[in-house]
Amino acid sequence: MTVKLMLTCLCDAFYGEVGIATVRVLEHAGCKVEFPAGQTCCGQPPFNAGDWEASRSVARHWREVFFGSPQSEIRNPKSAIRDPKSEIVVAPSSSCAAMIREGYPLMFGYDDHLPVFELSEFLVDHLGIDKWPIGPAPQPGQKTKIAFHQACHGRGIGLKDQQIRLLASMQGIEIVPIDQPEQCCGFGGAFSIGHPTVSAAIGKQKLKRVVESGATILVSGDMGCLIHLQGLIEKEGLKIEVRHFAEILAEAIPAKVPA
Amino acid sequence: MRPPVEKFAREIAPEKVANVSSASATRVISRIKALAEAFEDPDAARRHAAEVKNYVLDNLKDLLIQLEAKCQENGIRVYWAKDGERARQIALEICRATYPEGGTIVKAKSMVTEEIHLNPFLEENGYRPVETDLGEYVVQLEHETPSHIVAPIVHMNRGQVANAFEREGLGPRTEDPVELTMQARAKLRSHFREAQIGISGVNFAVAETGRLVLVENEGNNRLSTTAPVVHIAFMGIEKILPCEPDLALFLRLLGCSATAQHMTGYVHLISGPRKEERDGPREVHLILLDNGRSRILRSQYREILRCIRCGACQNVCPVYRQVSGHAYHYVYSGPIGAVLAPALDGVEKMGWVAKASSLCGACEEVCPVCIPIPRMLLQIRDESVRAGAVKDSVPWHLFAKAATSGWQWRAGLKLLPMASKMPHPLKQGWTEYRAMPHRVGRPFRSWWNERR
Repeated sequence: MTVKLMLTCLCDAFYGEVGIATVRVLEHAGCKVEFPAGQTCCGQPPFNAGDWEASRSVARHWREVFFGSPQSEIRNPKSAIRDPKSEIVVAPSSSCAAMIREGYPLMFGYDDHLPVFELSEFLVDHLGIDKWPIGPAPQPGQKTKIAFHQACHGRGIGLKDQQIRLLASMQGIEIVPIDQPEQCCGFGGAFSIGHPTVSAAIGKQKLKRVVESGATILVSGDMGCLIHLQGLIEKEGLKIEVRHFAEILAEAIPAKVPA
Repeated sequence: MRPPVEKFAREIAPEKVANVSSASATRVISRIKALAEAFEDPDAARRHAAEVKNYVLDNLKDLLIQLEAKCQENGIRVYWAKDGERARQIALEICRATYPEGGTIVKAKSMVTEEIHLNPFLEENGYRPVETDLGEYVVQLEHETPSHIVAPIVHMNRGQVANAFEREGLGPRTEDPVELTMQARAKLRSHFREAQIGISGVNFAVAETGRLVLVENEGNNRLSTTAPVVHIAFMGIEKILPCEPDLALFLRLLGCSATAQHMTGYVHLISGPRKEERDGPREVHLILLDNGRSRILRSQYREILRCIRCGACQNVCPVYRQVSGHAYHYVYSGPIGAVLAPALDGVEKMGWVAKASSLCGACEEVCPVCIPIPRMLLQIRDESVRAGAVKDSVPWHLFAKAATSGWQWRAGLKLLPMASKMPHPLKQGWTEYRAMPHRVGRPFRSWWNERR
């Protein structure tokens, strides 16, 4: 199956390794990955700020880059999966996927849900992968303890525990529970700049719970949460490493043995 | 200029934040447990409740006319008030007819009377309204406003309540909750004995039977609505339910969502004034308040009228927990307030409040009537920007220009490391608490191009 990678603007600007990991994960899952080079942003920042005029123009550009025309016909994400010729977009972010699936219909006033999927949603729900990596994996000596933060925008696409399930299936990973996992990290895009005191207070509370959990690695599926939490960690001098779950998945893929 | 909620967050006492956060967290956990015990499938119950409320909104006019007729059959006098001003005047006329010389009025907890600022109005006209819900009583003693729909003094601790009671001479200083309650109870009993008028809100009004339903845990609603000669009930027009069997769902859903109870300690079904009975009020008046609700009904915020005022969205909201209800500068606070305030009072005055959200969506997840609050917050933001009511500090049209051109975008990315070193006022919002973001590892595009 061919999938188009939606890199997301944060990975384009700062976190290239997450994009690289996403490509490796998708290829390990048997997909051929394409990267439309004209891609920029999904338009969520101005959308959340209330500037829908600016957001709509970015959204039209997005549609043109990924689906050829800004007025491409209405698609159903579920049927698109079954259609081998259809174009599927995968992003290492539930937030960006939610913007396209839920934000665009709200902003344009049509009931069109494009086939755009968050990475774990695609792997688990559509490819049926429930164990990572696929095939035999080397037995690790020691388990790495991680704390997992579920990005809130997963709610927008109905994401459940797909990311956790993949991580939990890995030999070398132990997920330690954190207190009040349903609580937001406080990022919220422009909210983090407009309401910095509130945003930072929420973020610090999240980090406090991570520290209390005993984990030294914080994993999430959205770089939005992590760009904010990383900034707090550095400023506060905390000993927590942040990783995207795609990176954890990619690192577990066994190196190809030359035939 | 800092947004009001941010400004409030900078000034709030850490003690207040601690009170709100811990009480909210406890309520979030106990709510889930209560719902799981009460319903085989809580989500199905929530969806069903939303459908009942949609039916109410679709048939609001007919149901209100039915309610009026049934109430009148029961001997309840019904009034229609288009706004707070009219509702206050109606109440004053009733008070004057009973109690021309002024005097004590006992009040059961009611957010709708907060909405129309009834207490100061009654005071200006020679009456003395006394809040009889324990939390509301403390709010009144402290000359504050409730900071939560269900728990008005969630921002306070018992030391502060003890100080207020000592100052008011309710008894010797104590921080024992039972002692404090007994002090308030003794004082409130004297008010119940002397008051000729009781004022309450309404949790549900049943159109089929013309009965007013009130829920509570302290017994003060019962005393407020039965001890005085006259009972005046205020109700927002959306509080209607079609028929009594709907209560089986809504009473449990409200109890679980608000206070983690399958049913509140008291449930009152008020069918009018006393008939052959030896006690109870001689008159029951129902004031139906519109106050912008008909306008909301015709707007994109229509679903907010499904709200049953449980406060679950406030408890789960990460922003509310950090700032308390007072940061919203409105009767209704938290996620529900961030929609209701601009919906009721317009985006020109209250549109800014919708920005005080990270759009995490926890509110929609806990709402007993599945109100899509995050969607509405976005729509309010859009409406506010179009109306010129809220100015954003980011020039989004310039961002859109760069983000609609592949080459401009790529050129911008190349400049990013340099740009992130230059000072800019927007950056302050980020750097006050966080280190600037920086590139980690290889840039994706060069990796991709080399690989091919």
